[in-house]
Amino acid sequence: MNYLEFEKPLAEIEGKAEELRALARANPSMDVAKEAEGLDRKAETMLKDLYKALNPWQKCQVARHQDRPHCKDYIEGLFTEFTPLAGDRNFADDHAIMGGLARFNDQAVVVMGQEKGHDTKTRIERNFGMARPEGYRKAIRLMEMADRFRLPVVTLVDTPGAYPGKGAEERGQAEAIARATEKSLMLGVPVISVVIGEGGSGGAVALATANRIAMLEHSIYSVISPEGCASILWKDSDKMREAAEALRLTAQDLQKLGVIDRIVKEPLGGAQRGRKETIEAVGKAIEAMLKELSGKKPEALIKDRREKFLDMGVKGLAA
Amino acid sequence: MNWITNYVRPKINSLFSRRETPDNLWTKCPECGTMLFHRELADNQNVCTSCDHHMAISPRERFTALFDGGIFTEVKVPEPIVDPLHFRDQKKYPDRLKAAQKASGEREAMLVAEGEIARTPIVAVAQDFSFMAGSMGMFVGNAMVAAAQAAVKHKRPLVVFTAAGGARMQEGILSLMQMPRTTVAVQMVREAGLPYVTVLTHPTTGGVTASYAMLGDIQMAEPNALICFAGPRVIEQTIREKLPEGFQRAEYLLDHGMLDRVTHRKELKDELVTILRMLTGQPPAIKGELTAPATK
Repeated sequence: MNYLEFEKPLAEIEGKAEELRALARANPSMDVAKEAEGLDRKAETMLKDLYKALNPWQKCQVARHQDRPHCKDYIEGLFTEFTPLAGDRNFADDHAIMGGLARFNDQAVVVMGQEKGHDTKTRIERNFGMARPEGYRKAIRLMEMADRFRLPVVTLVDTPGAYPGKGAEERGQAEAIARATEKSLMLGVPVISVVIGEGGSGGAVALATANRIAMLEHSIYSVISPEGCASILWKDSDKMREAAEALRLTAQDLQKLGVIDRIVKEPLGGAQRGRKETIEAVGKAIEAMLKELSGKKPEALIKDRREKFLDMGVKGLAA
Repeated sequence: MNWITNYVRPKINSLFSRRETPDNLWTKCPECGTMLFHRELADNQNVCTSCDHHMAISPRERFTALFDGGIFTEVKVPEPIVDPLHFRDQKKYPDRLKAAQKASGEREAMLVAEGEIARTPIVAVAQDFSFMAGSMGMFVGNAMVAAAQAAVKHKRPLVVFTAAGGARMQEGILSLMQMPRTTVAVQMVREAGLPYVTVLTHPTTGGVTASYAMLGDIQMAEPNALICFAGPRVIEQTIREKLPEGFQRAEYLLDHGMLDRVTHRKELKDELVTILRMLTGQPPAIKGELTAPATK
């Protein structure tokens, strides 16, 4: 288990329990069961307390936790016959965005999302989930195909943001994002998005302009990272706690603002402590959202999506 | 440390520096350093008469120079909720807004107008970089939607002059949602079969570039304007190398296929008229200075 900074007291207790058990294994005469169980109970109570009311900055840390299930895990866990499709037919294949044809409950769909990678090698290969223009152009290509063959589009959003690199800018990062958002708004098929970790700015919007948007309980979605916001508005990047608070980037606040439609509950201690349950819960949410949109005509789906975004923010936090 | 250094010298210095740049009368070109007389500069639409450097121009000044006889009608923009998140950094967001309103005399960072350019009716939108870095929040979203609706209603082309540091952070996720929202506005114009032309001015960055700025049927820019998604400083920090000269400037984007034209501010009007009249099936325009259209 990789512990987050605010989980340190928990790490100590769990570590002690583990130590005790290791001792007992070495000396079978020792009876530590009772003591270890006591520590387990203490750890569980602490975990409950810690996760009962995570503050926004803690949520950012949980949302970025390296052991959280990533896009690839959801695709493997929830979809069958996944057939990855590659390339923007123009320049390259961007591994930060993965996608392709797949079946969800036997229904053929197009699924795509940003993949962050799970170790050094795959993180570098996936560029930490930060897509270049090719990634968004691949997404556009897949969306067009989905539209032509009447397949729903499911997106899984998890990115720190679009990649701020020299080549990415030269090849039109802004244009690629703008076109992906535009294409999403034109699709005559259901589009549903789940923010599974980090919804980082424009790089996230490009894949999240959907009819229905869900967020995992401890995921975040924001116009700028708290660190970036702190360094601009507070002139001090260490003020990320304050920035995270002010930005209202939690799933709970976003639902109040009417930006997202539903929150998917995470197991106690976050998705990283119950990967399987989390993936299943996301599956249920996708199923429910697809059902809500099934049978709707292409024009109705386009209209629904446009109005959703035109109306957004009209009510503020009171919504 | 005596009264001369503490009192007399600053006084003398301030006298001299004031004589060098009297407030409001003279502007120093940030590019070539030439002192420009305010009237001359205004007549030249805030372009340096010596080096052609394009300085910022307010939406109102731009419209005055753009529309025939300087006459235009403002399109009303629906008021959004002020401070939807109750945002507070070192200052409260409403206080920052009030300060920007006081300094600029404008309600917000975008102005929408209807009028004629060389007798060609258009709807125009201009973004004001001096107003909280022209940032895109609910108001800018509302302005784009109002402009699109006006264009569709009166069957007029829509011309947008962009200038922005990006999204309005103080409106959090709602500023981010203006990306899809303004994209819907562009689609309304496109579906009505009307031209949508963007003129990217210095600087156009972030979420604004990644939405309505890059969706034009025709995309133009003013010379040397910085146009990007991620700013040069962010990129230098990420890739840890110095960026080449002219990187992310209008001419660089033109070279990389992101723009149709880079056009001097003084030639913009004529080019817009030429393009828009061809796209809307109208005969060539009468060139030259025109008076205001006759009122009905």
